[in-house]
Amino acid sequence: MHRRTFVKTAAAAAATLGFPGVLRAQGAGPVRIGMPLPLTGPFAALAKDMQQGAVLGVDELNAKGGILGRKVEVLFRDDQLKPQVGAQRTQELIEKEQCQFIVGGLAAHVQMAINEQTKKAKILYVSTSQSDEISAKPDTSPITFHEALNPTITSRTVGKWIIENLGKRWWIVYADYAWGKQNNAVLNETNKKLGGTVLGSTPYPLGSAEFSAHLPKIQAAKPEVLVSVTPGADNIAFLKQAASFGMRSQMKIAQPLLWISYLKEGGPELYDGIYGGINWYWELQDTIPTARKFVEASMKKFNMPPGDYGAYSYSGVLEVARGAELAKSTDADKVADALRKNPQYDHFKGKQWWRACDNKSFQDMWIVKGRGPGKTKGEWGLADVIAKVPANEELDRTCAEKGHA
Amino acid sequence: MPDVSLAALAAQVFTGLVLGMIYVLLAIGLSLIFGLMTVVNFSHGALYMLGAYVGFTLLRFTGSFATALVLAPLLVGLLGLFVERFLIRPLYGRRPDDPLLLTFGLSLVVVETARLIWGKIGLTLDPPRALAGAVNLGFTYFPTYRLFVIAVTALVLVGLWLFLEKTNVGLVIRAGSRDPLMVRALGFDVGRIWFLVFGIGAGLAGLAGILAGPMRGAYAEMGVTIIIESFVVVVVGGMGSLLGAVVSGLIIGQIVSLTTFFAPKLAEIVVFITMAIVLLLRPSGLFGEAGLLE
Repeated sequence: MHRRTFVKTAAAAAATLGFPGVLRAQGAGPVRIGMPLPLTGPFAALAKDMQQGAVLGVDELNAKGGILGRKVEVLFRDDQLKPQVGAQRTQELIEKEQCQFIVGGLAAHVQMAINEQTKKAKILYVSTSQSDEISAKPDTSPITFHEALNPTITSRTVGKWIIENLGKRWWIVYADYAWGKQNNAVLNETNKKLGGTVLGSTPYPLGSAEFSAHLPKIQAAKPEVLVSVTPGADNIAFLKQAASFGMRSQMKIAQPLLWISYLKEGGPELYDGIYGGINWYWELQDTIPTARKFVEASMKKFNMPPGDYGAYSYSGVLEVARGAELAKSTDADKVADALRKNPQYDHFKGKQWWRACDNKSFQDMWIVKGRGPGKTKGEWGLADVIAKVPANEELDRTCAEKGHA
Repeated sequence: MPDVSLAALAAQVFTGLVLGMIYVLLAIGLSLIFGLMTVVNFSHGALYMLGAYVGFTLLRFTGSFATALVLAPLLVGLLGLFVERFLIRPLYGRRPDDPLLLTFGLSLVVVETARLIWGKIGLTLDPPRALAGAVNLGFTYFPTYRLFVIAVTALVLVGLWLFLEKTNVGLVIRAGSRDPLMVRALGFDVGRIWFLVFGIGAGLAGLAGILAGPMRGAYAEMGVTIIIESFVVVVVGGMGSLLGAVVSGLIIGQIVSLTTFFAPKLAEIVVFITMAIVLLLRPSGLFGEAGLLE
């Protein structure tokens, strides 16, 4: 190749590659929402659910003309459940892909890393999974929003329910990372406050598939309730092994959270009679109009109902759009202000609202119980709704307790 | 301090035995391959994972756990033969890091391939009905399937021992791991022995995978941590020593289990602490001969 030809080709290539960037900078291109998610690893099933939820949100927006008249795109990146990878992917989404918003994150410790990047780049971040730290000082920021429930709310609620309905003598098994530790702390606190006894709480490394060495000790201690804080695929391995040791008939099992993705994967026999909290379950469509619309869209596109975490990301995407429309801008500060000034919304589960001090979303939650074999309804009717716990700011720590003046 | 009753400790020893058995199956293959070929096989964890996945698919198609248990290790072993013949053999005589890099790259390829075939989401395997419950051992309830794992591994170990000690091929393998040059001088085709040994090692990894599947499920990343722990088992037992791999696998299983009992937070690092101590006291491992890597 001649030198001149080479220079020409290179210039043409540079122009082509640079062009979309120029377009976006001028504000004529699509609005891009970046989503770092653990697409591989023990949270893959939940991440897939969240991907689908986001796609439904984006489809719905584009059908209505997009955000501020611009088409909406969502870009997924695999954070591999590692904070440093999450930070890197977020940075790429912001700098290379020019995303105006970041929604997502599915592990408390990875969220923190994503949040560091969005704060630095002044990009609005809607976190869609549990964390106590994300909406508290020093991690939070005026442009960080928290759509999901958090360990404090979940474990206070479920903990109280366990004491009242299942028993006071507990053993807790928890994944040894931010989310697990926060739940363990709140569960211990709640149990103590309500006059129960925690016979022991055992940490295990997140992503573990082998629990057998933990089990004989728990069996010997004879708790009334085994509280399992075992997220993702760990949940299935843990419940299977507890069952294989015969523990299912010796004690009740409850969890701060249950996930429909894992109920499906593990099957009704595994989850028969397991209690847990949940942020949303598709059968709620019988009573909630927005839930019905969401379930119908998902059945049409994916031939399955959305799951609990998919609902978070669906709502997160729609909130970004609502904020941008209200602010008539994609600027993080303006969108954040608009959301705080118009805090109420209802995308899939009835009324929720942003608390002004910490950008935390308050919302209803439910207690469910796994339906055993023969009692399931269709492929996805895997749980009975036992109780509804209405949204209540008092279930979370106060603004002052979270470091907000 | 937890309640330390004799019954609870006995139960803990049994769980440790199962953990140890899986380590032993993986470590023996690693150790055989290293001892004979000085190849550090980084793809061993991926082969373990394949064992579980292939077992899952066989179980789905045949409906028979016994068939899966027999065929999965054979198929993974067959893959091992291919890997040796077409990938590793061209690298013999080169620096030991060449096959190490190759097998590391291979493990990445296998993991990604597994994600393509079986998906990014893990699968659950169920033990056969007959082995599904728990048995009352007098002092505790223990999963029947885990007792089965202990029995199968013990049988395989005895079979392997008989093969190595009582057959001519076994004799050549043992001789080859001591002094390959001498064996070649005696007119044996060392290449064929290596071929066979790599296949056996891979098959044992596959067996560990299908045995672990009903306990831990099958997922693409399942080999990542266990391969590191298995290397520790090999190093503690002494590189290239089969007896070392067995003894050290069982010891590490007990150490992990008992540490989980007394101090669960330390269970993850205790394996490495053990390795550090053993290496300080006996640099060539419990049963190793000095100078293998030189």
